Amino acid sequence: MDDGYILQMEDIEKEYYGNRVLKGISLKLKPGEIMALVGENGAGKSTLMNVLFGMEQIRNTGGFRGRVIFDGEETHITSPREAMERGIGMVHQEFMLLPGFTITENIKLNREILKPNLLSRVFGKRLSGLDHGTMKADASRSLDRIGLELAENETVDGLPVGFMQFVEIAREIDKTNMKLIVFDEPTAVLTEIEAQKLLDTIEMISREGVAVIFISHKLDEIMQVSDTVMVMRDGENVCTLRKEDTSVGQLAELMVGRGVDAGSIAQKRSLDNDDILLSIRNLQVDMPGEGVKGLSLDVRRGEILGLGGLAGQGKIGVSNGVLGIYPTEGEILFEGEPLPMNHPLGVLKKRIAFVSEDRKNVGLILEASIEENIAVGALRVNDRFLKKTGPFTQINGKERRKHAEQMVQDFQIKCVSTRQKVGDLSGGNQQKVCMAKALTMEPKLLFVSEPTRGIDIGAKEVLLDYLVKLNREQGVTIVMTSSELKELRSVCDRIAIVTGGKLEGILEPDSPDLEFGLMMSGARMEQEFSTEPVENRGESVEKGPDTPETCGKIPDHDTERRRQE
Amino acid sequence: MTGQIKKIWKENVVTLVFIVLCLLGFAASGQTFSYVFSEVSSRLFRNFGLVFSLVIPVIAGIGLNFGIVLGAMAAQAAFIFVTHWRFQGVAALVLVALISTPLSILFGWLLGKLFNKTKGQEMITGMITGFFANGIYQLFFLVLIGTLIPMKDDRIMIYNGIGIKDTLKFEDSVANALDNIWKVRLDRIYWVFVLLGMVCLGILIWKTREEKAPGYRNRLAVYGAWEAALLVVLALCLWNGDVQMALKFTSIPMVPLILMVLMGLMVNIVLKTKLGQDFRAIGTSQKVAAASGIDVDRTRIVAIILSTILAAWGQIIFLQNIGNFNTYSSHEKVSLFAVAAILVGGASTRKATVKQCIIGIILFHTLFVIAPLAGKALLNDAAYGEYFREAISYGVITLSLVLHISSRKKGKRV
Amino acid sequence: MNNRRVKQFVAAIGVPRLIIMGYLLILLIAMPFMGLQIEMLYTQAFGRIGMYGVLVLAMLPAIESGIKMNMALPLGVICGLIGGVLSLDWGFSGWMGLFLAVLISIPIAVVVGILYGMLLNKIKGSEMMIATYTGYTAVAIMCIVWMAMPVNNAEVRWPQGNGVRNIVTLTGKYEKILDHFLEIRITEELVIPTGLFLTVALACFLMWLFMRSKTGIMMKTAGSNPVLAEANGISVDRMRILGMTLSSVLGAVGIIIYSQSYGFYQFYMAPLNMAFIAVAAILIGGATVGRATVFHVIFGTVLYQSIMTFTLPIANVIMPEGTLSEIVRIIIQNGIILYALTKAGESQ
Repeated sequence: MDDGYILQMEDIEKEYYGNRVLKGISLKLKPGEIMALVGENGAGKSTLMNVLFGMEQIRNTGGFRGRVIFDGEETHITSPREAMERGIGMVHQEFMLLPGFTITENIKLNREILKPNLLSRVFGKRLSGLDHGTMKADASRSLDRIGLELAENETVDGLPVGFMQFVEIAREIDKTNMKLIVFDEPTAVLTEIEAQKLLDTIEMISREGVAVIFISHKLDEIMQVSDTVMVMRDGENVCTLRKEDTSVGQLAELMVGRGVDAGSIAQKRSLDNDDILLSIRNLQVDMPGEGVKGLSLDVRRGEILGLGGLAGQGKIGVSNGVLGIYPTEGEILFEGEPLPMNHPLGVLKKRIAFVSEDRKNVGLILEASIEENIAVGALRVNDRFLKKTGPFTQINGKERRKHAEQMVQDFQIKCVSTRQKVGDLSGGNQQKVCMAKALTMEPKLLFVSEPTRGIDIGAKEVLLDYLVKLNREQGVTIVMTSSELKELRSVCDRIAIVTGGKLEGILEPDSPDLEFGLMMSGARMEQEFSTEPVENRGESVEKGPDTPETCGKIPDHDTERRRQE
Repeated sequence: MTGQIKKIWKENVVTLVFIVLCLLGFAASGQTFSYVFSEVSSRLFRNFGLVFSLVIPVIAGIGLNFGIVLGAMAAQAAFIFVTHWRFQGVAALVLVALISTPLSILFGWLLGKLFNKTKGQEMITGMITGFFANGIYQLFFLVLIGTLIPMKDDRIMIYNGIGIKDTLKFEDSVANALDNIWKVRLDRIYWVFVLLGMVCLGILIWKTREEKAPGYRNRLAVYGAWEAALLVVLALCLWNGDVQMALKFTSIPMVPLILMVLMGLMVNIVLKTKLGQDFRAIGTSQKVAAASGIDVDRTRIVAIILSTILAAWGQIIFLQNIGNFNTYSSHEKVSLFAVAAILVGGASTRKATVKQCIIGIILFHTLFVIAPLAGKALLNDAAYGEYFREAISYGVITLSLVLHISSRKKGKRV
Repeated sequence: MNNRRVKQFVAAIGVPRLIIMGYLLILLIAMPFMGLQIEMLYTQAFGRIGMYGVLVLAMLPAIESGIKMNMALPLGVICGLIGGVLSLDWGFSGWMGLFLAVLISIPIAVVVGILYGMLLNKIKGSEMMIATYTGYTAVAIMCIVWMAMPVNNAEVRWPQGNGVRNIVTLTGKYEKILDHFLEIRITEELVIPTGLFLTVALACFLMWLFMRSKTGIMMKTAGSNPVLAEANGISVDRMRILGMTLSSVLGAVGIIIYSQSYGFYQFYMAPLNMAFIAVAAILIGGATVGRATVFHVIFGTVLYQSIMTFTLPIANVIMPEGTLSEIVRIIIQNGIILYALTKAGESQ
């Protein structure tokens, strides 16, 4: 059993309601090894970590298949606490710190060192006192190991964000039996200097024998600090490479590449480059997790423009900002006139509509019926579906229903009747209702955000075809934000990649994967690491990391299936 | 500097306004200092338990526990039975405590479970649960006693044999049993308290200077101010006629005083244990606490159980001082007065200390005593003062809640 | 299979409501056997249903606009009482007196509703708690006002000195003026207060029309999903103020209708009871903390008031001494509110 690996995950498979999210992932990690997990959104990185940590959402949805062997033992971890007790720690993206507590108290949260007293002897351990002295000494030691000079008595809320990250790390390494720590996008909120310090800390931890899994999209950082890199795509392990055997460019390509299939790239059209419908200058949007930090972009009349990029990089913030849902600054011109900002009604009245990525909260009123949902936007903005009877302006129920029934037919929404509650519909059908609602407002410009998220293949195609039809036949300009590059490449005329809250560049859909990958990771090609394949090391008996030749073009399963039909 | 002053003002508006109202009211009422002093003193020694019971739920993030009336009802139920069995003296009170405690644990557990189902609306839930429980309580003691639950007792039951009387008078030996164990006139021992206070402060000052924890200079300044205040108090006691009158007039019931100190210490000690740390954690962020492995729901229930037990004991101390109680209405305003008192003392829905309880009781009850008298003096009608009293009680809570909740929205979380 | 549908049905209605409906059924069956004057009781029930109808309706705009149950109904009630006392003080009676009371109270209720609505917008999430205590405070402050108010009319004033009486009778002024209007006398004892029912029906109808207007739908949207509402250009804050204002106005009109049927205006601490009775009634009718319809208003008022009317005499038969009916009221009223709170908590 024990081959010297601290962690072995074998053929991990996970399904969420019929959707295969992990399709047989295997990985091996030695003590002290730093492995980077790279992949686009939806590749399965977070799900894999949730499996490792025994998170509730894995158990509640049917568990997983495959084996997890930790420290030589096959394990069935059923809770994060159990994971912690076994020696697996996690530094989250979202800080799990208590503001009013001191650094020491945060480091020792729920692991405080207890001093028995009279009360505890009678009423139980929980009434023991706290040994503040020892706790402070421990905390001090952990902070020193990271090289952090902080007063353990200080409360956490006064600290700069980067320091909070380090308190989280100190907390993990304070746990005495830590054998593996997972870092989830740790440098996302750090400055360059803080990020460098973090990478140094990770190297120091690995030197002490703790294995590290490092999830990141920042290829430069990965190339600096990791020993091995595992590239994931669509729930599969595309490749596991040693750092020496690869380069930023290759990783970028592997991350994105799907095998360019000529059939699924949008056809080139000629559009007037000077007929600009929407002009965005220096857009800044305060959307938690998807902030935009100075983006400028032009949308041509009649085109389908894609907004792509990795999660948290700001692509979602763009449409939310234009529609005034989150605090926005900058300049936006629509048809040459300034567009009201932070004013949804003003934007909607200009015939700009939005299908939000947040279906349940922004897109729909779950307890209301299909027809009510479809009509609500146009009712408010365009005064549609109203009729005057004497002094009263009332809803024209008949007209509303007729329109809804038409939409149900057009979109093939599966429902019992237009009076059915939208909350009872499947995800895909709910999305169709959102789309119908936006189109009821007869927009000139339509923003669609993550239109096919969580929808099955068949419904995806219907929706995308509908969008293309809308664009070609009715001249609706569409700005489509999506995490699925393939989707964007199949319908868009141009694709803008948003990284770090700014526009990284605009590509044609048939641009090579490498360019997409580089833009999305914000990396630059280095010269030192060559893309030349390295010779196969014949001595190693076990299946080691793949070599550059053996990994890469995984057949596109979706296209395969369609070809077979 | 102005920022700091603004901050102090915002956090203590209610307390400061109250101090002003008390001074004005006292002047208007034309009462003697000794009368007010002795009245407030006796109210302090009977209300402290009920107000202390509010501290832990606030720290644990449950807000103001309007359900403490359940603890009061547990105590009253115990009193009824103990009076029925004709127990005497302090022993009777001990028995009441022994019976009401497991009852309080049960009620607290039920209330805690209810709060876990209504997270975010605990205060209104507590209030309505209090009303609901009152209905059950009345059903039990007014209708079921004597019918489904056989009991025959002419002294405490209604003449027709069904239900407990409206006013339950305790056995003579039970009324004021705790107070009477040991009473000392204040003018004989005031100097003990003042000296004790100064010595304790001295130790605190010395410790703070040694530890040099962050912000210790501010704390030193505060302690220094308290020392100076104590000196002023001492001077007044020695040389001011009004104060000396008040001292002669007031007797301190020593056992309740000791109980107050013990209860206050107990609350603070619990807060310093692992359990207290857990309370603070779930009070700050349920999410982070859960992620670190703390059982949030269970910890909340423990907090409410402790609160209910303290409320029951508090009600016992309260009732023994009064000597009798209205079976069906004594507990009605328990939550209202306790919550108003702690808010006047400067607490909020997120932060509460034992010290704030004591300050709050003193201020709130001072106004309570003075208002009708001021009304009579100013407007020739005590009813004005009584309505004013009600308006103040409710208004304090409304104002405090509005201030705290609206400022909570503005503050950004880390 | 049938079992599951039954379970779904029960879950949708809620066990407490089923218990309450069952309890009413028992009362209705038991009544003839207890030697009570059935016809008079039914007449009383009709009266009470009509009396409370508009007060319960006042809960609807509050719930639908997202500020949950309007525990601060006493605010609107006070506005109505001010209108009532002024119209009496100036010596008006009959239909004139009734209309004048309504006319005076509405603008006051509008102002109060707007101001209070603005306050509620600052404390989103804790509306019910603040509402309850605002109501209490307002009632307590008004007690001082009632006491000090300069009243000319001797019938309204305390016999000795200043201030409004505790209870001011409407006999000879406009007592039961609505009840008797077009009333249908089926038998000697069984009377249907048609005018009263018509008034309540009219109010419900107007509310129904409003909820189907563009503004009504906007308000409903703001209450169901504030985020979506803002994204669609609806000002949630303004809709909440609108809901509160409508609720206050209905509260003001409602107390006047109530008082004319009851025969008295009740001042001082009386308005406090109104809120909880109205809240309980609409909840019994099937409303939740976030959603209410006119049907809930009517169904709930009928259920609740019938129970109250019929319980009293039956309780007196079972237990001649004692306040059993009051205890039943406390348990039912607060029980249903607790149930609604836990249901709301579950859906979070």
